[in-house]
Amino acid sequence: MIRVVLPQHLRRLAEVEGEVQLDIDGQATFRSVLDALEASYPMLRGTIRDHVTQQRRPLVRFFACEQDLSHEPPDARLPDAIATGAEPFIILGAMAGG
Amino acid sequence: MSGVRVLVGTRKGAFILTADGKRKDWDVSGPLFTGWEVYHMKGSPAEPDRLYASQTSSWFGQIIQRSSDGGKTWEQPGTKPGEPTMTPEGMPMGESNKFVYDTSSGSGKPLTTHQWYDGTPHPWEFARVWHLEPSLADPDTVYAGVEDAALFRTTDGGRTWRELPGLRGHPSAGGWAPGAGGMCLHTVLLDPSHPDRIFAAISAAGAFRSDDAGQTWRPINKGLRSDQIPNPTAEVGHCVHRIAMHPSRPDVLFMQKHWDVMRSDDAGESWTEVSGNLPTDFGFPIDVHAHEPNTVYVVPIKNDSEHFVPDGKLRVYRSRTGGNEWEALTNGLPQSNCYVNVLRDAMAVDSLDSCGVYFGTTGGQVYASSDAGDTWAPIVRDLPAVLSVEVQTLP
Repeated sequence: MIRVVLPQHLRRLAEVEGEVQLDIDGQATFRSVLDALEASYPMLRGTIRDHVTQQRRPLVRFFACEQDLSHEPPDARLPDAIATGAEPFIILGAMAGG
Repeated sequence: MSGVRVLVGTRKGAFILTADGKRKDWDVSGPLFTGWEVYHMKGSPAEPDRLYASQTSSWFGQIIQRSSDGGKTWEQPGTKPGEPTMTPEGMPMGESNKFVYDTSSGSGKPLTTHQWYDGTPHPWEFARVWHLEPSLADPDTVYAGVEDAALFRTTDGGRTWRELPGLRGHPSAGGWAPGAGGMCLHTVLLDPSHPDRIFAAISAAGAFRSDDAGQTWRPINKGLRSDQIPNPTAEVGHCVHRIAMHPSRPDVLFMQKHWDVMRSDDAGESWTEVSGNLPTDFGFPIDVHAHEPNTVYVVPIKNDSEHFVPDGKLRVYRSRTGGNEWEALTNGLPQSNCYVNVLRDAMAVDSLDSCGVYFGTTGGQVYASSDAGDTWAPIVRDLPAVLSVEVQTLP
């Protein structure tokens, strides 16, 4: 079970409170987590990564285990602590004003 | 009893202001879509409780919202809570915010480049929907003017959007350039007398017209003069800020350009300046009285870098002669220490008798006049900066 923390704006869009919990078949990667997230919450499609290129939106960041993982390749394995649910995978908007 | 519903988009959410036909006592609801920029909200003329909103963010991109009950509840078309998340064919839903330029080999146009601010080529990139224009007849059909400039259309109530690529594919597009707000298609006018005729305006490219329902387009900028481009009378490159039309006389168009207020009497074939005695002819919004096709409203601001009203005075200017002769409307508006702007989509009129006029400011005020501009009063004073104002006249 993967725990995902969404920024407030996306929690409102998805109509969820607190963390989102996802079950992933196979290896937990950035891509598989985002695929599962968008399958469960299709209103989030296009808000975290581009509809077509699947690239992370420039002002969206991925943090986990006190590290910035925003620039990891999409098919890189997530840390074990994320894959086991011990730590959350944090999606947030860049601290760039607004 | 008749009434009005004012749809206000701001930098940090949307608000809906309602009143009965007297337009004295207002109910304010919101904010909706809190924290997001709401560039535009507009109702369907064919089904007034069907509303569409452009909710956008530099962080999280574009969202389209739709209401079928006059704004009480909203949904992203195609992703209503509780509905399946996949189509029967197994395709993921949630396509209502998917604005992808049409580069298909059949009807599409290749993604070339437009000019960047410094004149260098720059690739086309979707940023946001600036303006939503619902069809006059079909509540499920809506046109979306977007940045980088292109026109999209939905025919399924906002669930999916397709580009009308003939506009972006116009041979002049490589010379289009962004205005200060980006290279946006901000004005879409549908001609009630010619169902296949659409007017569009782009900053900074100019005005365009289609006579075949958006398949092909041609620039309609003859008579415009812009000293900010190498050839001031070029076919394209003009920073048109807004165009307005009275539905009873759709061949007559009024334009607020970067500088200059213009008029066309031949559906844009040619334009004549009608700035007349305005204190400055720079501004953004322009609108036409609901019952007097020759009565026009503008809000001049100081100049292209000082985007606030001149002399600290918020003055709407009204011409009852179709331009050239303008009178300042000040009763009820601040006449000292006022330094706000009124953006291009932030003025609208209702169709009650007498005509109501509404505008929102970058300072967060929404002003209303229930007597065609003679007197004004704020409906609200302290909203986030107002991006757009639309009005619906309800039975």
